Formats: sequence, C-alpha cells, structure tokens
Amino acid sequence: MGLVVALLPAGHAGAVSGPNPVTIPGGPTSASDPTLVELSADIYLPDVTPAPAVILAHGFGGSKESVADQALDLAGAGFVVAAYTARGFGDSTGTISMNAPQFEIADASRVIDYLSGLDTVQTDTPGDPVVGVAGGSYGGALALMAAGLDDRVDAIAADITWNDLESSLFGQSAIDADVPGVYKQLWTSFFFSAGLDTPPGEADLCGRFSPEWCDAYTYVATNGTLTEEMRALMRQSSPASLTDRIAVPTLLGGGQADSLFPLAQLNANAEQIRAANPDTPVKVVWHAQGHDGGVDESERLNALTRSWFQAYLADGPAVPLDFEASLTSGSALDVRESASVEILTSPTYPGIAGESDLAVAVAGPPQRILAPAGGVPAAISSLPGIGGVGGLLSLLGERVAPNQGAGFISEPLTEPMRIIGASRVSLQVSSDVERQASLFVGLRIQTGAGAFVLPNGLVAPVNVDVGPTPTRVDVELPAIVADIAPGDRLIVTVGTTDQAYRMPDEPAIYTIALAEPAVVTPQVVMTTSAQGLPLWAWPLMALGVCVLVALVVWLLRLRVKGASSRPDLAGSPLVVEGLVKQYGDGVRAVAGVDITVPRGVVLGLLGPNGAGKTTTLRMAMGLIRPTEGSVYVFGERITPGAPALSRIGAFVEGPGFLPHLSGRENLDLYWRASGREGEPYFDQVLEIAGLGSSIDRKVRAYSQGMKQRLGIAQAMLGLPDLLVLDEPTNGLDPPQIREMRQVLRDYAQDGRTVILSSHLLSEVEQTCSDVVVMHRGQVVAAGTVEQLLAGRSGEQLEDVFMDLVGADHEVNAGPLTQGDR
Amino acid sequence: MYDYSARQTLSVRVEMIRQVRRRRTAVAFAIVIALPLIVMLAVKFGPSSGGGGLADGDFDVFGLMASGPWNFALSGLLFSSAFLLVILAAMFLGDTVASEASWGTMRYLLASPVPRRRFLVIKVVVGLLLSLAVLLALVLASFFLGLLAFGSGTLASPLSGTLGAGESTVRLVVITAYIAVTLLVPAGIAFLASVSTDVPLGAVGAAVVIVIVANILDAIDALGPIRDFLPARYAGAWSDALGPVIVWDQMAIGLFYNVTVFAVLVGIAMLRFERKDILS
Repeated sequence: MGLVVALLPAGHAGAVSGPNPVTIPGGPTSASDPTLVELSADIYLPDVTPAPAVILAHGFGGSKESVADQALDLAGAGFVVAAYTARGFGDSTGTISMNAPQFEIADASRVIDYLSGLDTVQTDTPGDPVVGVAGGSYGGALALMAAGLDDRVDAIAADITWNDLESSLFGQSAIDADVPGVYKQLWTSFFFSAGLDTPPGEADLCGRFSPEWCDAYTYVATNGTLTEEMRALMRQSSPASLTDRIAVPTLLGGGQADSLFPLAQLNANAEQIRAANPDTPVKVVWHAQGHDGGVDESERLNALTRSWFQAYLADGPAVPLDFEASLTSGSALDVRESASVEILTSPTYPGIAGESDLAVAVAGPPQRILAPAGGVPAAISSLPGIGGVGGLLSLLGERVAPNQGAGFISEPLTEPMRIIGASRVSLQVSSDVERQASLFVGLRIQTGAGAFVLPNGLVAPVNVDVGPTPTRVDVELPAIVADIAPGDRLIVTVGTTDQAYRMPDEPAIYTIALAEPAVVTPQVVMTTSAQGLPLWAWPLMALGVCVLVALVVWLLRLRVKGASSRPDLAGSPLVVEGLVKQYGDGVRAVAGVDITVPRGVVLGLLGPNGAGKTTTLRMAMGLIRPTEGSVYVFGERITPGAPALSRIGAFVEGPGFLPHLSGRENLDLYWRASGREGEPYFDQVLEIAGLGSSIDRKVRAYSQGMKQRLGIAQAMLGLPDLLVLDEPTNGLDPPQIREMRQVLRDYAQDGRTVILSSHLLSEVEQTCSDVVVMHRGQVVAAGTVEQLLAGRSGEQLEDVFMDLVGADHEVNAGPLTQGDR
Repeated sequence: MYDYSARQTLSVRVEMIRQVRRRRTAVAFAIVIALPLIVMLAVKFGPSSGGGGLADGDFDVFGLMASGPWNFALSGLLFSSAFLLVILAAMFLGDTVASEASWGTMRYLLASPVPRRRFLVIKVVVGLLLSLAVLLALVLASFFLGLLAFGSGTLASPLSGTLGAGESTVRLVVITAYIAVTLLVPAGIAFLASVSTDVPLGAVGAAVVIVIVANILDAIDALGPIRDFLPARYAGAWSDALGPVIVWDQMAIGLFYNVTVFAVLVGIAMLRFERKDILS
C-alpha cells in the first residue's frame, strides 16, 4: 500500500512560518501563589492570515515539540497553530495538577486570550478568536474540559483520553458495582514517574507534581485505596464533570489497543455529550491504536482532525458524522504499522453495547482457582508501552500462572460473527473467606486452527466483595472490534492475577461459575470502506505488469530492414554484401566487404590479425549485428537466430565447452540444444577429434589442442552444408595440422563448403582452393588460389600478399578491435 | 526446408543437465542441507540446551525452534531468507548467462542457432527452478531433521499459540512460497547483471551488493517513502502467516512488488541481450 501512497503527490504545499517561540502567561501558579505561570509555546503561521487558530495540547510527559509534526501539518492546511507546553512540563513553569480547571484549563483560556490579541488570528468578536483545541491523552482531556469551561472554543478533537480519572485508574468492569475498581498500579506509576523529571542524582519525591497530587499518588501507591478527598480531586480533573457543558463540534477518538483509557471512557464522553446537548455534532472513532501501541493509524487520524477543523472553523467541506471503527485483521506482529485495517462505518454511534445483542452459549463446570499470596506470579495481558506484544505475553502468562484461571467455552461457531463493542457475561463467584476479590475477565477466541487470541490483550478488571455464598457479578468485557470465523470458539476466561494491577496480598481460593450460560455480544450493522486495494487486485496487477512487459518486449523485438531472403542467392553457401561493422568508438572493423562463396570449395579468408576476418565471420553467424550490409546463407538473410544458421557449423575464436562435463557429454548436449534433427554422425566426428578415451574425461582436464580438435568436431556435428572455421589449426602440432587439412579437403568433396580464416599464408595455400584476402576491414583480393597466382609465375603467395597489402602488413597493423582480439 | 526447429533448441531439460552437474550447484545444496544439520546438532547437544524454562519473560527462541519439525523448518527459513537464499538465488540467475559467455559456449549456442529470447527464457526458468529447489531442499531438510531430532510437535508460535499439523503445513507452505517470491528481485537484478557482463562472479556480486545497499537504505528512517520501493520493505511480510489467521495484505503487495520488479528487470535484460553484439 505504501507503494501506492508514495506514488501520490505529497499533501499540502502552503508556506508555513514557524515554529516561532513565545512565552504566554498562564493562570495562577497555585491556590496560594497568584504568580502567573509562564507557558512555553510555539506559534505556527500559515501562508494566508488572518486564519482560524488551533491549540495543540500534548500528551503526558511530552512538550510542545511532541506535537510539532501535527502543528506543521495543520499550519500547512491553513491554521494558525499554538502548541504549548503544559504547566509542570518542559520549559513551562508551575506544577502538574492533572488538568485542574483552575490551573491547566485556565492556562488554555489564557492561550485563547493571547490568540485573540494576534492580528493573524481570525476572530468572531473582539477577544473571541475562531479557535479549536486538539490533543491526545492528557491533551485530549484538556480539549474536552476547555470546551466545557471556555465558550470561546469553537471545535475540539480529543483522542485516547479519559472521561473519569478514577474509573480509568481503578478499573471496575462489574456493572453497577459499589466498590472502587482494581488499581492500575503499573500504568499509574508510569504516569507519575513521567512527571518526576528532576536532574539525574537529584531525586525528588514529588518532582513537578503539585503537593495535592503528589500526596494522593503516594497514598494510593502505598495503600492501593482511595480517600473521599482524593476521589473529589480526581473528579475535578475529569471531563465527566464538564461534558454536559460541551456544545461545540467534538471529534472523539479512542483506541482499541488501550488498557489505560479503554473505549469505555470514550463511550462515556460521547454518551454524556449526546445526552446533555443532543444537537452537538459528535463524531466517534474507534481506531486501532492506543496507549498499548496497536496499529499505527496516525496519518488517517491527523487527516481526520484536519478536515474536522476545516469543516467547523474554516467553512471546509462537511465531515460525515458516521461512527467509524477500525477492524484489524490479527496480524502476527501487531507492532507492524502495515497490519491491515478495514474501516467500518455506521451512520449513528450505537454506543458501547451495540445496536442489538447476540447471545453465544458458553459452558463449563464451576472451577476453583487460586488467588496467590502477594498476587504473584501474575498473568500478563498487556503492559504499558509494550502493548504490541500483548499476544505474546498472554501466552507466556498462561505458562507462568497455572491454576489461576477458569474458562467457559462455546461450541465452534457455525456462522461468522462480528463483535463491535463490549460483550457482557454474568458470573457466580464465591470464596472460602469473606474478602474483596480482584478478578480479570477476558473474552478469548480460539481459532479453528487452535490458536488462542485475546483481542488487543485486554481484560476487564473486576473488584467484588465475595464470601462463601455465591455472589452474582455482571461483567462488561473490554470493547473490541473483531471478526470471528466459523469454527472458532469463544472462551470467557476468569483470572486472579494481572501484572499491571495491584491485587490483594492474602491468598484465597475462589469458585467461579456461570450465572447465565451465555456471553452476550454487541452487534452493529456497519458497512465496510476498505482502505487501499482489495486483496485480489495485487496478483492481478502483477499479472498485468507481466503481460505489459511481455507486450513491450514483443513490440520492441529486433526487426531487420530489407528482404529476409534472396532466392537468387540460394545456390551460394555464403554471400556477403556491403558488410560494414562500425563500433561505438568509430572504429570500422569491417569496412564494406563483399564476398561470394561458391558451393563445394574450401575458401581461405586470409589476412593479418585485425583485418576484420573474425568480425565478418561473427556477423555471418548472427552474433554481431552489421552496421550496414547483409549476409545470406543459401539465400536466407542472416539475423540473430535465423533458421538458416542451422546449416552452418562454426568454430570461432577458440573452443567453448562446459568444463564440468566430458567431451562426449558436451557434444551430446550441444547437439540436443541445437534443435536439429537427423543424424549427428557422432562416430565420424569423434574420429576427427581423435581424442580416444579422453573423450569421457572432463573438458577441464583437456589440453588446448584437445579442446581445439573437440571444437572443430563440434562444428562438424551433423555434417552441415557450410563449415566455418576461424584459425582452426591454432594450437595443433604439425602432424595434426596435416591431418586436419586432409579432413577439410575431404569435407568439401561432396558439395559441402568450408570457409577457414587464417593469418598464415601457407595454411591457405595448402588447404584452400579459393581465397579472399582481407586487410583493414576490406577485401583486397578474391578468387581461386591459381587466379591469384596467375601472371605471377614463380612468385609465392607470400609475395602476392605483400603486394596486395603494401608495406604496412605487419601483424596488428589493422584496427585493433574488441572483435578481433 | 530445414531439419531444424527453433522450438527444439535448448530445452529446459537440456539446460538443467548442463547446470546441475556444476560444482556450485552441489555446493549450494550441500550448504542448505548442512546448515539445518549443524543448527539441529547445536540445539540438541549445545551447552545452552536442557530447557531451563523461561526466566523473566525471556523469549525462548531455541526452545521454540526445537518444538517440532514445522518450527525447525521455519527457523531454518528465518535464518537463511535474509542472506543465504538471496545469495543463492543471485548465484543461480547471475552466473547463468555470464558463465556461458566466459566459457565461450554462448556463441556456439546462439549460432547453432538458439534464438536469443529462447536462450534467456530457458536460462531464467532453469535459474528459478534451481533457486526453488534449493529453497525446498532447505525446508525439507530442516523439516525431516527436525522430525528426527525433536519429534512431531506442530507449529507453535508466540503469536498464534499452537496450530494443528494440517494448518502448520499450510502455514509453512505459504511462508516458503512467499520467500520464494521475495527472491525474485535479487534474482532479477542478478539476471540483468548477468547479461551485461562476461564475468560470472561480477554479476552475482553486483546483485548481492545492490541488495545489501537496499537493505541498508531501508534501515534509514529518514528516507521515508523512498523505502517503499526497496525490497527489504516486503521481505518480512511472511510473518503475517504466523498469526492466528493468515493476513494476506502485505504478502499480496509484496507479490506485486517482486513480480513487477522481476518482470521489468527481465524485460530490460531481454531487450539488451537481443541487441547486444556477442563478443565473448
């Protein structure tokens, strides 16, 4: 998919100015200290101003730099962006109060004040700029609460944030519970330590937290319980207290891979806003990422935020208010950004319980399970910051925590089903002793292949008072978006431990049974808008490319101008007409050669090294393309691979054999590869090679002379009509040379033709009936040996040759080309 | 007119005979069979064996590897897919034309005449068949060595739990097939290099160097979308076949990428070779 994305032009091109660092005075430092905090901020300006503004708030532990990319993106889309570091973080002064209205939210109002004073920012009325607030997690809560408290805010986008801090940090999935939830020890400690950024070696109990929050954390971390005072503190810092006052367009995102602020928190925000102000545009997105990691959808979410503000701050096109849920196919490695995501949409937000219910029967006997002393060893469902390996850890968890879990399993499903939201199950729990039990209920899927999957590694924490009399507990399971295939089973699992939570120290045995023999799953009718191309498109496109390449290769096939056959030349084994070969560097290795070879002759191609003999022969074999002119073999034009070549047996520039095979195998395979039918005359040919028993040795072990003879034998395979031999006697000893001469003369006896090239005059004189003399790429003489000598009685061919080529006849006098090396 | 037919020149069968008896073919097969043998002996008798179980959430790679033939075959693939198989595929496709040129056999084949396109097609087909054979040899050798050494435990993945024998086999086949697909790009590069040079080692080396450079580039995040065009981007998609269900998306894209690049490279090689003066 990235491939296609990369092919598209990169987004917005607006010239952005920024970051421009400024310091904005915020709200009072604390209840007792009215000094204003100094907020470190960056202002980004779009190319056209005045423009609507967007305030970007960062996540916990971050700073204005952590949102720089998104700020540039929004500024590029035409917004003035103010990214500021919240009090208690980075360069901003003050202490952390977890988005308290009188502190952090007041800061946001001061930033709006500041924006209203900028002439680059569009205003509704003086002092009231057109402004949106966006943020994730800590910043998301700020956006919600700012919208609730400051009516100058015109639109917000809040992602993966909380509705109620207490129920986020003390997970309670028992419906209508009257006891606090199970303390998310690990997450909370992560949170707290992110606020303790003191220099190394100077540890501080409270870091940059305000004293109230530091005390609260210390108490909770020590005791695992809450006081009423703390509950009030957390309520004050929760959007839940303000959602009824939010009446501006709100984009709410929540992550499926989020064990800190699960989708139930998002759901509460959405439901509360909807209940208080039904006409407020609210769009809910259940995406696939979250505090645990999940699948990266930030590109899509940033684009959504951008269009949200364009629609509500800048008269951009309307954004449909459909509910969107990402369906992640269970990729093996969740951390891979490329895992496949399908976007499901529904016109209205159904809430976490879905539009309708589907009960799936589950069964299992009552099971006695152990809550171990100290709460260890503990199962691991998901861990802060490593959520991506939740699947891995849950498997390991089962191995390290035996007998701490009960399970209730369904029959294999007969029909596919899709769960969108939180399922519910009812349990009967009893304990040997009266106590508060912490339980972790999960909905696992056992695939037909036998694998166990705990979607997103999420479990529902439950705190419940139990005793020997069974207590009924209705549990809301974590909200998921998952497809379940026919053949899969649903398993409700109940565990007593989880690494991420604080559990009772005293050991106990619980008996877990089903109160209702079914798990109730939420159903929503949603339509798919798949991202990217459907699966089948890729192989089809691959096939298309192959066809296209084949077509191009076919269209660009080599075409040779001129007639492909000349019937008038059919009687001649070889006719060369106006042959020129000019290499890229301008050297003309062959410069206009005409040769006609009559049938039944042994023709010598004579010339010094570099005269163009070999290049001519290579062109005659279709190995080199002539620059001009053509070669005809029995009247057929020679092009690379021309069928007429099958009538030539050739030996050019030395032998070529597979060194790892024997001489016999080489000849056999060569014959089989040549596409010729008929009799190869192996025996005669082998006799000419005269290799004796060496024919069955590997060619690697042959001497140069043996290879030479084998090469000539190969050229003679099938006794072709035309035999072309380039310097055939190189490397042979005198008796072999004499023998070879006889063989060649004999070969031409019954109408066959032999062409041999040589730089040795004696060679040609003794073997050939006809001769063509070449020098510097041109034919300087042609005819029978007798004709050449006629009128020169007493002269040797040698003298004639000297006359023909002149003084510069010495070896290598001609153009030295690659072809003649 | 002629007792010659272009269709009967250089068949896959003949070319296979010409190639399989080469020493490099034997060495390639020896390596892919010896490698799992060595790993098997190391896992079975090495000092770290004996199954101390898991400590501190450690991920017991070797324990998992030894859990049965499917896992062992998979780990064999995992260890060799990134480099060994790439080199072997580059060797089979890279040296195939260049070595003919250096032996001097190519000019005789082309003049016999084997049509140039047919020559290349047969070369590609045989090169791919040999690469596939080496891949299969690796998988089968690992599988049977694993079966011999570790019993018949089915595929256990940290990500999908334990699968049945049938499903394990399906997964192994899918992964093997996908790795075969990912070898197409190095093979294509090597083949193009092979028709461009007469030096066999040069062709293989060029392909391997290009693949290594591409992998290095892939590790540089700053390159951004450029990396989408590099083979390493799609090389790991087979891990999607290890989840509870097989996720095809990335493998489908990887298939498209590899086949496309391979087809284009081979197309260029054909056009080049057809117009080339054979001077070797």
